[in-house]
Formats: sequence, structure tokens, C-alpha cells
Amino acid sequence: MRGDRSQESEDRSQNSARRFRLLSSDSCLLSSFSLRRVALIFLALLFLAALFSERIAGASYAHQFRDFPGARISWRFPLGTDALGRDRLARLLAATRISLLLAPAAAVFSTALATLIGGFAGYRGGLPDRIATRGIDLMLSLPWIFLLIAARALLPLNVSPAASVAVTFALLGALGWAAPARVIRAGVRDMRDSDFLLQARACGCRGWRLLLRQLAPNLKPVLLAQFWTSIPLFILSEANLGLLGLGVSDPLPSWGNLLRELETDLKFNPGIVACLALMLAVLGCFRVVTTQKSEVKSQNT
Amino acid sequence: MHTVKHLAHLLVSLAVTVLLGGFLTAALVRLSPGFGVDEHELDPARDVAALRALQAARPEQGGFLSYSLHHTAAMFRGDLGISRNWNRPVAGLLRERWPVTAQLMAAGLLGGWALALIFALPYAIYTTRILKALAAGLSGLLLCLPSAALALLIFVYGGPMRAVVALAVFPRIFEYLRNLLAHAAAQPHVMAARARGIGPMRILLWHIVPVAAPQALALAGVSVSMAFGAAVAVEVVCDFPGIGQLAWKAALARDLPLLVTLTMLVTLATQVANALAGALTSRRSEVEA
Repeated sequence: MRGDRSQESEDRSQNSARRFRLLSSDSCLLSSFSLRRVALIFLALLFLAALFSERIAGASYAHQFRDFPGARISWRFPLGTDALGRDRLARLLAATRISLLLAPAAAVFSTALATLIGGFAGYRGGLPDRIATRGIDLMLSLPWIFLLIAARALLPLNVSPAASVAVTFALLGALGWAAPARVIRAGVRDMRDSDFLLQARACGCRGWRLLLRQLAPNLKPVLLAQFWTSIPLFILSEANLGLLGLGVSDPLPSWGNLLRELETDLKFNPGIVACLALMLAVLGCFRVVTTQKSEVKSQNT
Repeated sequence: MHTVKHLAHLLVSLAVTVLLGGFLTAALVRLSPGFGVDEHELDPARDVAALRALQAARPEQGGFLSYSLHHTAAMFRGDLGISRNWNRPVAGLLRERWPVTAQLMAAGLLGGWALALIFALPYAIYTTRILKALAAGLSGLLLCLPSAALALLIFVYGGPMRAVVALAVFPRIFEYLRNLLAHAAAQPHVMAARARGIGPMRILLWHIVPVAAPQALALAGVSVSMAFGAAVAVEVVCDFPGIGQLAWKAALARDLPLLVTLTMLVTLATQVANALAGALTSRRSEVEA
């Protein structure tokens, strides 16, 4: 009884010491926790605003106010209208919705593909591993934007706007597997020879059970890190493709094709400024979330 | 003997990767919808006879495998084929355009590495919060901007276009370099040197940089690929006649010979840069050992 109590007090003191370390550590984890929370709240609010974009802006992204082409900032049009009379705020929110919905979907796809390829290669070793490594090397040796341009241009360009969104993000998901696959392969290779898997095998745990019950839970942090890192990369890539004229096609808005207005409209444009600011804010938030996640993890370990 | 074996392995590995890249691109282009269709065939004003005449005049493409083998064999003879879009030899197009891209990339790499070193080296030895915040803020801002948007912004405001590649490459190099130097600065021998009262510059040059140098060399190989990616965006946005713009136009026009050659060359260039960096790294490790 006394032993239990002393064990309990020891645990408590260890916990409080850990909490103290978290509060007073050099990198000021308390502020990083709150920063991460602020970033997540901002992203959630923005996502909600993007979901109800038509209600907030009061018009559809494709609706043309033909009496107000190129209107300046006003109460009715907080970001003005474009040359075709479309409300820039509505278009910006709709573009945000596309990015915030589809970039994570593409990240899920690419992480799943990377898990299949990297996981299989790392677990099996030998020839499959060599083939997968060669494939990963090839994909990583091609500059990302060159790869995207080449692959996107080979797919039909004269498709409906909805199909162009699907094609763009599917392409990002399908091509973005290489870097995560390398990390996952390394993680699986480390785990394959680890003591806990050896013990699990010795206890008769094999095949799918070994993969799903032993390997997968331990691989979860690596997969989550790859998922979170892929999202800003895909948002940026879509914007780059849109700017080069290979992304989402009009009248559907995307951050890339909104920024293309820079090519034709060289004067101060509130729509472009807002788009750039929002893009920086969103990508900054994703950076904060991914960076703080890894920092907290390393502090805890 | 070991070096020869290593070199042979490296060359075979390079050749396999480059050929794989070429075959993959050729397969993608051949299987893409609408390949080989002349845009004049889409003109509704043409009658059936005119369409047949156009189809008959189209050069025979052959099967995918025969085309790939033929193209690879020709490449080994130094013949890179004829661009369908430009109707000119691919070798000539590359010869004309590579200096533009090389200059852009060289200036960008120099600028990017200089900026990254300027911010990352003090990061490792000084604990000035302002400097750290400035460096992290600047690199974070540039990381969140698409390189094409950066190119457009600098173009619109009349800035130097070579700075785009440097600004696109800088944050990526800086992040890696900062982590490398921070890791090296946390080594026990650096702490021991600090405890002995050795000056920060001496610690940096004698105790931190030598530890981080091999991985920084490997990073130099990777940064070539980053610079090429940024150069593509700059050339397309600013209409610079370089390899990046050529690749973009080849992709839009589905110019198979040009696209396959470009993919193989880009793969070769990045692989060679990585291999060189790797060889330097291993050579350095051997010397140190």
C-alpha cells in the first residue's frame, strides 16, 4: 500500500516536473501551444467562411454584375469586382474553399500511395526495395514544377472547370508520393528490425495482423507528419500551375488563377493583395501547425 | 578497385534512372489523349477529303516500344531528334537556350546560398532573438509564396528577375542549413569548446562548419533541382528564351522528342549534381577518417 502511494507520488512529481519543463523550456512551449491553437482556430474559421462563401459575399463566384465591371472597393463589394463584374470577395472565398477542401484530399491520396510503396519496399527489402528506391530517386530528381507541367499538359486541357479541379488535385496527389515514400520507407526499415516486432513475431503475430496491430500504430506519427507537410506544398503547387495557365479553369476560381490578374492588371488591385495575404496566412498557419507539432513531439521525447 | 567498382555502380545507376525517365515520359506522352492529332484536323470547316489528306500527310509514329528504342539508339549517336512543334533539331534548340537558363540558375544559386549563409551562420553561434525572428520570418514568408507569383510581382514592380531564383531557393536552403548547423552546434565537442572560452567565430569555423559541411555539400546537389524549378517559373512568366520555357512549350504542344530529351537531360543534370555532391561528401569523410 505504502509502495503504491510512493509510486503514485513519484509519478506525480515526475508529471509536475515535466509540466514545469514544458512551461519554462527555452523554446517557450506555452506560447507555441497557443500559437498552434490560434493557427488551427484561424484555419477552422476560414474553412467555415469558405463553406458559406455565397452567404457571406451575397453572390455566387460566377455571378456577373454587368453594371459594375472593375468596381472599386465599396460596402457592396468589399474587394471590388473584376473586369467581368464578378465579386472578388466571393471568388476569393470560393478559391479558398477549393484549396482547403482539395489540398488535404490530395495529401491523403499521396500519403496513402506513399505508404503503399514506401511501406512495401521498406518491409520487404531486396528487389522490391531496390525498384521502389529507383522510382523514388527518379521522381525526386525531376524538379517538381517541371514534373507537374509535363504531366498536367499531357492530360486534356479543354475540360469542364469541375473536371479541371479534379484533374489538378488528382495529379498533385498522384505525383506527390515520392518524398513521403522515402521517409516512410526509412521508418518501416527501422521498425522492421526493431525489438518489439521481433518479439511480436516470436509470439506468433504474422502477416496482416503484424502490419495492422504492430507496425501501423507506430508508423502513425510519420504518416501524419507527411500528410500535414503535403498540404501547403499542394496549395502552393496549385497556385503555381494556375499562374502558368495549367491549373483550374475559369469560371471556377482558384488562388492561382486569381493571382493571374497580375499579368493584365498592373495597378494596385485589392483582390490580388487580399489573395496574397490570405494565401500567406493560410500557408503560415500550416507551417506553424507542422513545426509546432514536431517541436512538441521532440520536447516530449 | 573499390573506387572503380563504386564509379561503375554510380554510372549504371545514373544511366538506368535517366533511361527510366525517358521511357516514362515517352509512355505518358504516347498514352495521353489527343496525341498525334494535328490541330488543323479539329477545324470544322474542313471536309472529309481534306481530313484524310491531312492524316495521310502525318508522319508515321510507329509503336511506342519501337519509337523509344529508335529514339534511345539515336541519342547514343548524338541525334536528339527533330522537334515537331518547332520543326528544328532538338540539339540546336538546346544549344541556343541553355546559356539563358544556366546564367539564371547560377546567379540564383549564388544569391540563394549567400543569403542562406548570411542568415544561417549567425543563427548557429549567436542567440540574438531579433536576428532569429528576422531570418525565420523572411524564409517563412518566401516559402509561402509560389515562385510564379514571386516572379510576377518582381516583374510588375521592375525588380531584377535573377533575384527570383535566389529568393525562391534561399528559404529552402536556409531551413536545411539552419537545422544542420544547429545540430552541429549542439554536439558535445562544441559545448566543451564553449566552456573553454573559445571565441564564437573560431567555434563556428573550426568546430561547427566542418561537422555540417558534408551534409551541406549534399544539399548543394539538391539545390540545383530547386533552382531549375524556380527558373522554369521565371522563364515562363517573363518570356525568357531558356530551357524552362522550352519545356513548358513542349509540354503544351505535346512535342514528344523534345519532351523526352528534356526530361532525360534534366534527370541527368540533377543526378550528376547529386552524385558529385555525394562523391565529395564521401571523399571528405574518407579523408577525415
